[in-house]
Order: sequence, then structure tokens, then C-alpha cells
Amino acid sequence: MDFKPCVNIRKEWDIVGARQLGREQAKEVGFGTVDQARIATAISELARNIYLYAGKGKICFEVINEFDHKGLKISAIDQGPGIRDLNQVMQDGYSTSGGLGAGLPGVKRLMDHFEITTEVDEGTQIHTIKWLR
Amino acid sequence: MEQMLLGEAKLNKKCRGGIFLDGTLQEFVVNNSDVIIKNWLEEVTEKRKSDYTSSISTELFQSTNREFVNVIFSSLDKQGLTTELDDFSERLINLGWPLSYLTDGLQTFRRVTIDFILSQSEKIETNHFTNVLEMVDNWVDPIINSLVNEYSGNWEHTVSLQRVALQELSAPLIPVMKNITIMPLIGTIDTERAKLIMENLLEGTIKHNAEVVLIDITGVPVVDTMVAHHIIQAAEAVRLIGSTCILVGIRPEIAQTIVNLGIDLGKFPTKSSLRKGFEKALELTGRKITRSKERDQTIEKMMSSLEEG
Repeated sequence: MDFKPCVNIRKEWDIVGARQLGREQAKEVGFGTVDQARIATAISELARNIYLYAGKGKICFEVINEFDHKGLKISAIDQGPGIRDLNQVMQDGYSTSGGLGAGLPGVKRLMDHFEITTEVDEGTQIHTIKWLR
Repeated sequence: MEQMLLGEAKLNKKCRGGIFLDGTLQEFVVNNSDVIIKNWLEEVTEKRKSDYTSSISTELFQSTNREFVNVIFSSLDKQGLTTELDDFSERLINLGWPLSYLTDGLQTFRRVTIDFILSQSEKIETNHFTNVLEMVDNWVDPIINSLVNEYSGNWEHTVSLQRVALQELSAPLIPVMKNITIMPLIGTIDTERAKLIMENLLEGTIKHNAEVVLIDITGVPVVDTMVAHHIIQAAEAVRLIGSTCILVGIRPEIAQTIVNLGIDLGKFPTKSSLRKGFEKALELTGRKITRSKERDQTIEKMMSSLEEG
């Protein structure tokens, strides 16, 4: 059975919890310090978005161990308000909370694979993967 | 192993106050405790197989199970919550056993006991069924409640202590030299700490008449857009009151993530280490570090005496 742990994001401190678990998983997979930092930062961004915009959701981890490639998959899943204008949100600097921006373009750059599905009033799902080089 | 079959009429007695089980039923359970315990141990061990996160050794698990079930039976015997139960739960809390172990165990126990009693009954009718359920509930429920209260009381206490400890992890502004101060940021910056940091920063900058403030983020594990946002705001506020902010302690991996995130820290100077930041601060305040002449002379004297000797 696949072990796919998730961290529920409900309070601000859950962001730290998700980051911790992510860092541990990243270490186990064998990522170096720079990639560990990237992964931890990406998790922090995704979790914070859930906390700020959806109120609650979860961050899930999955170790990918295939024949010729190994990596860590990080998913951010929520049933929040969804993203109305995906293009806008994927632009650097766009923010609805007075911050620096939702960080999604940043997350895309931090990770190797990034896919997002969102539906207004239904929720958002973001799947990212970092491959071990 | 004797197995008693239940009689009939006596089971219809209601339970009251301190008496959980009707005398006959209680006797029955106690006399068949071996079977009940065996069934319970089997079920609990079976359930455990699907529990991946368990890091407790099988031996420890089994021995704790046996102790647990004895404690449950002693509460039946003594007809109430016992000191053994309190001691047992306190020990488990201190050892870090999850509450779910206890509540799952008790729910399993409830089921196993009811299953056993009913399987041994001569007659099956709603009245009897209800009575058995009620009686076992009155036995098991107070135990569960007591355990949950113990655990949650313990958690609440710990959380409030930790909150205090966290507040004590303040963000001090350290005046190093005239006009130069350092603010070391340690750990995760959540929204509340960010506010506190901003206040301290501005207050301290004015109080110590700082021209340069060095913000050291060596101890910040992750700089995401929120943390960067707070730092930039802090630096901007410092700039508005006429001082300069220098960001130091940016680890190489953090530098990479900041670049990846597309955060622009171009507005204020950054240096990799505190030392470099400090030298820059001295520069900005018209000073620099020089080696004192006295020390040079002492070294020269030593060198020449060595040559002579």
C-alpha cells in the first residue's frame, strides 16, 4: 500500500507542520540542502495560500520511486473559493492580500513539475514534483 | 475453562449510580475474563497491523495491553474509576502513547465484551440486548471520559506553556556600537511575531539612535513570500525614519529560493555574513576597524627577542 501522508492546514502553525514533514521526506528521498530548501519553501507557499484563501485544506506527500527517476510529489488540495482568473494569479507580483503575490509562479519555478486545477466555489488542486537529479 | 450460561430474569435489573453491572452479569464477565481478554488481545493486535505509524515494539505493545486490560477489569471489580487507571493513564501520557491507543482499545473492549455476553445468552430479545448494552456502556464510558479529560488537560497545559515560551523568544534589538544595531531573527516568523518584530525594530531604532540596522536571518529556516514581505516592510519602515537596513545571514540555499520566488530585495543592501554587514555599517557611519599600534609593537618586540635569542 502506498504511504501518502497528508497534513491538514487549518491553523497558521500547520504551515510549519507541513514544512517539517516535507523536509523530512525530502531528506529521505536524498535531496541536497538547496533542493530541500526549495521544497520547504514551495510547501510554505502552498500551505500559506490554503490558510489565507481557502481556510482549510491539506498538503499531501508522495515519494515517487520509479525505475529511472526518483522524486517527491507535493500536492495542495482545498475545497475553497477556487481561483477566478488563473492567468492573473500565475503572473509575478499579483496579489489579493496585499502581499508580494500568491507565490504560485514562484512555486512553479522552485519545483520541476507544476499543474493546477481550479474551479470557482469548488476548490483548487495543485500538484508539484521535484525530481532527484 | 468454565463457561457459564446466563440466566434470564436477573438481567432485567436497571443500573444505577455506582453499580455498573448487575451482580450476575458482573460475575459472568469476571468469571469469563480469560476469554474476553484473549478475544480483545487478538482484535487489538489485528487492528494494529493496519497502523503504519506505530513505532512501538510488539513486546511493549503486548505488555501494555495486558496491563491495560487488567486496569479495566479492576475498575469493574472496584465499581468505579480507580487509582490504577489514573496511574496507568498518567504513565502513558508521560511516555507519549497516543490517546487513540486507549480509546480504540476501549471501544474494541466494549465490542468484544458485548459480543461475548450476547453469544453466550440463551435468549435474544430486544430488552436483554438493551440491558447488556447499557450495562457495558456504564462500565466503559466513564473510563473513556476520564482518559480523554486527562489527556486533553495535559495538552492544554502544555500548549499554554509553550505559547508563553514562544512569546519569550522575542526579537531583541541589540545595540552593538554607537548608531549600529543588530536584530537577529530566529525561527519561524508567523504573523504575530512579525508584528512584534516590526514594533521592536522601529522602537529600538529610534531609542538607540541607530543609523544602521542589521537584520540577521541566519536563523530563519525558510524565507517564503510572506517572510520576505515582512522583512521588506520592516526595512522600508526603517528607511522612512531615516536609517538604513542591511540584510545579512542569507544562506546560499535561501538566496536561491528567494531568486526562484522572484522576490526583489534590490531596494536595500544585503551582505552574506554578519561580519561583512558590520563592516559595511561602519563604512556607512564613517568608521572602520584598524589594528591597534600597541599590539603591533608588542609583536615586534617578541619577534626581535626571538631573533636575538
